[in-house]
Amino acid sequence: MTKYVLYKNARLLDPASGLDIKGELLTKNSKIDALGKKVDAPDDAEILDLKGKCLCPGLIDMRVFVGIPGADYKDTILNTGEAAAAGGVTTVCVQPNSNPIIDCFPNIEYLTSRAKNALVKFIPMPAVTKQLEGKEMTDIGLMSKAGYKTFTDCSATIENAALMSRIFKYASAFDAQIVQHLSEPSLSRNGCMNAGELATRLGLPGIPTAAETIVLERDIRLLRSTNCRYHASQITCADSIEVVKNAKELGLKITAGVAVPHLALNEYAIEDYRTFTKLSPPLRSEEDRLAVIDALRKGIIDVIVSGHDPEDPESKRVPFEHAEAGVIGLETLLNVSLEMYHNGSLDLLDILSKLTCNPARIMGLDSGVLKVGAPADLCIFDLNVPYRIDPEKMVSVTKNTCFDGRPVQGRVIKTVVGGVSVYEYAS
Amino acid sequence: MSSDNAPFPHQHLLGIEGLNEFEIKQILDLADKYVEQNRRTNKKKDLLEGMTQINLFFENSTRTRMSFELAGKRLGADVINMSTSTSSIKKGETLIDTASTLNAMRPDLLVVRHDSSGAVKLLSRKVDCAVLNAGDGKHEHPTQALLDALTIRRRKGRLARLTVAICGDVTHSRVARSNIHLLNIMGARVRLIGPPTLIPTGAEKLGAEIYYNMEEGLKDCDIVMMLRLQTERMHGGYFPSVTEYFSLYGLDYDKLAVAKEDALIMHPGPMNRGVEIDAAVADDLTRSAIQEQVEMGVAVRMACLDLLTRTKRGVSN
Repeated sequence: MTKYVLYKNARLLDPASGLDIKGELLTKNSKIDALGKKVDAPDDAEILDLKGKCLCPGLIDMRVFVGIPGADYKDTILNTGEAAAAGGVTTVCVQPNSNPIIDCFPNIEYLTSRAKNALVKFIPMPAVTKQLEGKEMTDIGLMSKAGYKTFTDCSATIENAALMSRIFKYASAFDAQIVQHLSEPSLSRNGCMNAGELATRLGLPGIPTAAETIVLERDIRLLRSTNCRYHASQITCADSIEVVKNAKELGLKITAGVAVPHLALNEYAIEDYRTFTKLSPPLRSEEDRLAVIDALRKGIIDVIVSGHDPEDPESKRVPFEHAEAGVIGLETLLNVSLEMYHNGSLDLLDILSKLTCNPARIMGLDSGVLKVGAPADLCIFDLNVPYRIDPEKMVSVTKNTCFDGRPVQGRVIKTVVGGVSVYEYAS
Repeated sequence: MSSDNAPFPHQHLLGIEGLNEFEIKQILDLADKYVEQNRRTNKKKDLLEGMTQINLFFENSTRTRMSFELAGKRLGADVINMSTSTSSIKKGETLIDTASTLNAMRPDLLVVRHDSSGAVKLLSRKVDCAVLNAGDGKHEHPTQALLDALTIRRRKGRLARLTVAICGDVTHSRVARSNIHLLNIMGARVRLIGPPTLIPTGAEKLGAEIYYNMEEGLKDCDIVMMLRLQTERMHGGYFPSVTEYFSLYGLDYDKLAVAKEDALIMHPGPMNRGVEIDAAVADDLTRSAIQEQVEMGVAVRMACLDLLTRTKRGVSN
């Protein structure tokens, strides 16, 4: 049976085409069937009046962790899906450090089968090296041929330059792409926050920004002799932005991302050793934060991610140095990103492009756009409604958000995946 | 208002950062009185009678723990010591569980040392009693800075406008951080002297001048505060050798010659003789205040225990 849904009175926002009009969008089963100022809908179409609310492609989050060691894997996936849906995210790119580690084809299948009943789409990002050990490359060719072309060691940096060089060469033959975590281990191993005055004041070991930039510079030097696609997972400092900019100008196939916390917070969020602000890479200085926003505006940084990483309370209720790094973020990806619209840093379409069509392009997906024939993955949101972020109201099982109590403007009202509503805000 | 019943506006003593000049002066003035009491044959008062003080040490310590123990006992408190080697910490209990357990025993004072910066603050949020930081990681060691200040003030008559050089391993030192804060609040001029690898990033923004050359840094100083080289906190390669370190940054009479003639030598202990300080300098009773610092330690800690229990004892009116 064919099912039509007509979304009328919508502010249609499609960053890929620059579309920003008051209009209507019709879905037919799992695809977008028509959109425009006025579209003809069949008589049996379900009609939803959005009353001027925004409608954009569902968000695509390139950095999401699902595995909490010891917790029920399946439940974890389902809960991650629920949190994604509540955040307007219709596709999550799963980092490979789950249990088991996604480093071979059978484990990809295991994950995808477990994710079948999830509310949103799960795309595994397999490991670059076996067991994430940075020693031997995984079956990059086989996995690429099966359609999984984006590889990452997620929270580990591939330290060995010779191996990295071989990986770039090998991966380029399969049009595979490597997502690198930028953190030179010898500079970051003992650190737990940004190096500088505040770290000195708090007596915490620091991680200099050079730990990030050095890896980036090395990788770009190695990339120059291959044609490998490369994505710098999280940029946090001004020095790295310069490096990415130069690499793009050289014509290398490089893209870059940034996580929401690095856009919204600086190192002072740590205050009195708040472990919910411990991240890898760490929150940086205010100058670096502003530089990163500027790089987003200039298109040097392509993607905004949540870096969603559920941590159980016990791993956070310890002294800062011993706490696990990581925060949840699926439910604060859009609303906190919208701050940059409300404070005039970026245009609305510009922000949305980093959350939809850009990650879609990098990941090779047909979603992330409002286009006839594209998947009906949609995010409907109220752009202006103000409220405070309340962890207790979040869907995520773990509440390790760094935005507790933060005032924001903008709320996801409805999320649609493949034409089916998977989330609806209940006031 | 006399200092015997003046209120103290803090529940805990977690660091020097956050105290003001008046409060520091209040602690030092009171400590002066306890110095006199401690020099009498009968050193005991019943101020804290019936109160329980627990010394909770997650990191080895002899002198600080003993100093707090003596301070508590001389004020009449029941003092219990708990250290990691005998406690359930070894059995994997978390810091917060330990805090809750101890809290249920209704202590009035918790003296805590921990090897992680911020750990004492974390613990203080989970208990109802007063918490005294006896050193947390590389963060703060407030009573050490206070006893140093008392020592200086009694010798020099003031803290303001003195030039104080803090020398050696600043990076790994909570003593240095607390002292930088306190001396700045009290209007002294602070210099940090050490190899660049042992001066932490951004230290100049804490209110200190940085010197990598000892002779330049010591010039015309009133106070020379030496720090212990904390090799146990170093993960490789901060300086080439102890020989080189002592030669360039160890305090001996030659280097001391550029400081003021009556410059006072201090060290928080325990000393590494022949590493950061020459044995002869350390033992020079005319120059060194190292033994005096230990004496002042007990008095300062008595003052802190007194002040932090005032609200509870109902004397702060």
